[in-house]
Amino acid sequence: MAHKSSRFLNLHLCLFYIFLYVPILVLMVLSFNKAGLPTVWTGFSLEWYSKLWQSKEILSAARNTLVVAVSATVLATIVGTLLAVGVETRRQSSALDAVLFAPMIIPDIVLAIALLSFYSLLNFTLGLHSIILSHTVFNIAFVAAVVRTRMRNFDHSILEASADLGGSEVTTFFRVLLPAIAPGVIAGALLSFTLSIDEFIIAFFTAGPGSASTTLPMQIYAMIRFGVTPEINAMATIVMFVSFAIVIIAQRADKGAFTR
Amino acid sequence: MRNSVKTWVLIGPGLGWISLLLVIPCALIFVYAFFERGVYGGVDYIFTFENFQRAFHPLYMGIFLQSAKIAGLATLISILIAYPTAAAITQAPRQWQTVLLILVIMPFWSNYLIRTYAWIVMLNREGLINNGLAYLGVIDDPLPLLYNNFAVVTGLVYNYTPFVVLAIYSSLTRINPEIIEASYDLGGSGWTTFRRVTLPQTVSGAAAGGVFVFVLSIGNFITPDLLGGGRVQMVGNLIYDQFLSARDWPFGAALSLFLILVMMALLFTQAVLTNRAAGDRGAA
Repeated sequence: MAHKSSRFLNLHLCLFYIFLYVPILVLMVLSFNKAGLPTVWTGFSLEWYSKLWQSKEILSAARNTLVVAVSATVLATIVGTLLAVGVETRRQSSALDAVLFAPMIIPDIVLAIALLSFYSLLNFTLGLHSIILSHTVFNIAFVAAVVRTRMRNFDHSILEASADLGGSEVTTFFRVLLPAIAPGVIAGALLSFTLSIDEFIIAFFTAGPGSASTTLPMQIYAMIRFGVTPEINAMATIVMFVSFAIVIIAQRADKGAFTR
Repeated sequence: MRNSVKTWVLIGPGLGWISLLLVIPCALIFVYAFFERGVYGGVDYIFTFENFQRAFHPLYMGIFLQSAKIAGLATLISILIAYPTAAAITQAPRQWQTVLLILVIMPFWSNYLIRTYAWIVMLNREGLINNGLAYLGVIDDPLPLLYNNFAVVTGLVYNYTPFVVLAIYSSLTRINPEIIEASYDLGGSGWTTFRRVTLPQTVSGAAAGGVFVFVLSIGNFITPDLLGGGRVQMVGNLIYDQFLSARDWPFGAALSLFLILVMMALLFTQAVLTNRAAGDRGAA
């Protein structure tokens, strides 16, 4: 009986992985399809990749996305790490926890319109900088969440030891605390980088008019609205490989936190 | 004194950032919801309840109900798919479980737009499913799989089931294996043991994961927009239209408030359920 049910479960698991990965694999395979057809295989070609490489709009969108993601990640990693350390070393406050949780759960469309309303009330000029400021909001929350998990698995008495040995607050922070939570900080930074690279709606609303600050997801969205093309498949394949690579690195960086 | 200065140096920048660019903008939306729409799209500062009355108009209530229906269906299907998946992973050899879990979450880290687009490729008239079925001789004409509720639910299930698998997996691994053994020793069959021992201890985990799917689905914009192809209206699209095409910000603000309220109620329920799950663990 138990044997039969576990066979059913394993079959279900296989089907689930097929459900998860077939759409992605189909996309990837079709990105190498010679003809621009959605399903019929007409031979191997790298044409669509070279088309991407020649498209000025796509290259500029990719550059914008990198600028946004790197800036928002650097800002969020510094601010978010300090925040996590501050929150974990003081007494618990559920009001503070709620404020830190809010950016992670608020529907992105609501945050997008709220930010657009706020910026236009202040007559704030929109552009890449407003996307960076907006992305940093939710990135701070995610970095803080990851670093806090790391902080909880670590022995706070080594901080006291450092103080007893005459280390100043600043020395203790950089020489003792930071090395101990570094894997969490790196994982948080990589998480924030992937979130920022993929984010569409908030960037769309806070980019301002014109195409100067179009990001890659905004470009992808415009292309999808236009129709199914092998070019999107090629771009999707590249974007997916980049994201997966980052996640694998993040997973390795924070391995300690998972196994402990 | 010194300690509180240190705390504020650490917490200040982050709390300030979130307050300035999340709390205040959301408060602004709250305020806008009570004002009139400006002639040229902006906001006229004349107090009114009209936006809320309009939100309760059958047309908009219909969209809310439609969103709730789609989100509810996606939640139910996610749980039904995720439960056996999580159970299968729990039964796998210990050293395999991490890899199996990573495989479950992996697609989640790729771009949401791309994952959604992948289903346009799968479901369109010449997509893998239609062409596959035609090849097998099951259908003569392509099935209308795309740009309807079915496509939207499929997209939501695809994107959010991994969350539910994680939630159920973590509640399954918390069950004390001795209790399961005890049930078998006392003559309980596999099914009885599942129904009377395993299931009650994982209901709160499954529900917590389900609330997550529901909350993310009901406020979704991209999935109904791309897979519904303009034929499936959900609250997210309605809010989007108020801000970009209809240029009625106060009404869009009122709709957003309504959405936030629904979500907060659900997340509160989830917090209660999670606390209860923690209680279960304490008892076991």
